[in-house]
Amino acid sequence: MLEVNNLKTHFKTQDGVVKAVDGVSFSLEPGETLGIVGESGSGKSVTALSLMQLNPSPPVSYPEGEILFEGQDLLKASEGRMQKIRGNDIAMIFQDPMTSLNPVFTVGDQIMEAIRIHQQVSKGEAKKRAIQVLRDVGIANPERRVDEYPHQYSGGMRQRAMIAMGLSCNPKVLIADEPTTALDVTIQAQILELMVDLQEKYGTAIVMITHDLGVVAQLADKVMVMYAGRAVEQGPTDDVFYDPMMPYTWSLLRSIPRLDTAGEVRLLPIKGTPPSLIFLPEGCNFNPRCPFVKDECLRIDPALERKKPGHSAACILSPEELENKKHRVDQELGVEG
Amino acid sequence: MTEREIAAGGTQAGLEPSPAALGDEHGKVEGRTQREIIWRRFKRHKLAMVGGVVLLLLFLAALAAPALAPYEYDEIDYTAINQGPNASHPMGADNLGRDELTRVLYGGRVSLLVGLSVGVFSTLLGAVVGIVAGYYGRFVDVGAMGFVDFMLTLPFLPVLLVLGKIYQFTAITIAAAVALLVWMPIARLVRGQVLSVRNQEYVQAAHAIGVSGPRTMLRHIFPNVVGVMVVQATLITGEAILIESALSFLGLGIQPPTPSWGNMLEDARTTMTTQWWLTYFPGLMIVVTVLCVNFLGDGLRDALDPKAVE
Repeated sequence: MLEVNNLKTHFKTQDGVVKAVDGVSFSLEPGETLGIVGESGSGKSVTALSLMQLNPSPPVSYPEGEILFEGQDLLKASEGRMQKIRGNDIAMIFQDPMTSLNPVFTVGDQIMEAIRIHQQVSKGEAKKRAIQVLRDVGIANPERRVDEYPHQYSGGMRQRAMIAMGLSCNPKVLIADEPTTALDVTIQAQILELMVDLQEKYGTAIVMITHDLGVVAQLADKVMVMYAGRAVEQGPTDDVFYDPMMPYTWSLLRSIPRLDTAGEVRLLPIKGTPPSLIFLPEGCNFNPRCPFVKDECLRIDPALERKKPGHSAACILSPEELENKKHRVDQELGVEG
Repeated sequence: MTEREIAAGGTQAGLEPSPAALGDEHGKVEGRTQREIIWRRFKRHKLAMVGGVVLLLLFLAALAAPALAPYEYDEIDYTAINQGPNASHPMGADNLGRDELTRVLYGGRVSLLVGLSVGVFSTLLGAVVGIVAGYYGRFVDVGAMGFVDFMLTLPFLPVLLVLGKIYQFTAITIAAAVALLVWMPIARLVRGQVLSVRNQEYVQAAHAIGVSGPRTMLRHIFPNVVGVMVVQATLITGEAILIESALSFLGLGIQPPTPSWGNMLEDARTTMTTQWWLTYFPGLMIVVTVLCVNFLGDGLRDALDPKAVE
């Protein structure tokens, strides 16, 4: 349904061209969830905004690639066509529910706006649907809440309202850009559960953008790990999590505590910071921070290649080499892998 | 006393909290609409309330001048020439025996008409330019702001004086000319506000549900800059009243016998030391009106500020 091929999103700045997204490909089927993971500045949000064609233009440019939505290339679609697609076919939920609702309108007004832009319905009918969709996302007493302003909602309720707005036209793809980052942990769990429920009910495909690996593990069917604007590992969630083929993914997984191995495995932080997108390192982008770096890594910039069926990674190490190295690190830390 | 103190006082005095007070402080989740919040904040600003009421009275008096005025504004009464305030002429009479109160009432029509229309038109003009420039940015912004800069370099009073020499000013043409010369600061202010609002996530969220550009401007950005605009409109109104007075004082504004507060001052200039009432009353009206307008603007600024805390 949605197919992204070699998407490149570049920004022209005074210091040079920022290759925020540099050759990303993925596909998405109805009812499927794709998790996009990565550090801040790795290109996750820009990828999402590219799907919506909402990157500020200029300075954005799309030198290569295509975004095929039901066979149509969104990169070539007119602004008028995009306006019809946004909200109706592809909807987006933003990171911070506190700032994503307009303070001068009631929540109902904002949901009704989304409905009435895309569907020829009366105001009364739109309001009925707004109430229905608010009920769907678990807002108590939606008949009254629909006429309230965002400041009368709590943070979790606002995110629910944002989801309601996103789902109001029953889109085929829902892009969630770190939907739980700004919320309490308890509310996070509720929101994620809600999204799973709604996905089952409506068959929506979800692109879940997050830096929270736990969220991905819980929700995503497949996962794409991004680093410095590129996909460095892609595959089914279980494969990527249990058998990471790219040292970056492995480092990410080893840098967060896990309940099942707590106290046995020492956490391993990733050294350094993500590279500047203007001055990328020679060779592999990850080499300054890679725990398994070899001489070749400083010269060769590995492309994403298939390591196992459906599972690809951008690393020159073979799966066996990687396995040995992981094992050695575990031994040095004094644990049995 | 603030709203809360009144509520608390009422509760203590009645021993039992009234159901209304209870509903207001607890229980009621519905809360207040934006309009109610603004009105509550505005009510708390006493000077602004007073200013608003006085202005309203002045407007009504000016509107009803033909009914309220005891004489005609150009009615000459030789027996009353240069009379000080007395029972039949409460504000005295001028050197032609015209009733000063009548002329102040009629003069208010010109001054308030000019003030209000300049306030409305220059604000609308400035807002449109500011919103378009701020929203579209790039060359639209550069062009619009370049034009604003150019307009700002025009020496304001000389231009008006020249226009006044060429065309005979009436209240409407003065208003138009002044409005065309004072909208620029509003455009700049609104543009700045739009620049900050349009980068808010809710504007992006509006785009993400498929809202078009012009609609975003009207529905999502405009309401967020209305506060700034209203405040500027009041300030400009005060300024326009002063400008009209200055022009009339220089003899280029409203021409006699039609009275305006400005040309009444001009008439009284030579007799200021002997017939004080001829300068005093029109001058007082100008001062009171402009002060009230500024108080009103102050109150509105506080009431409309979305970041203000209750």
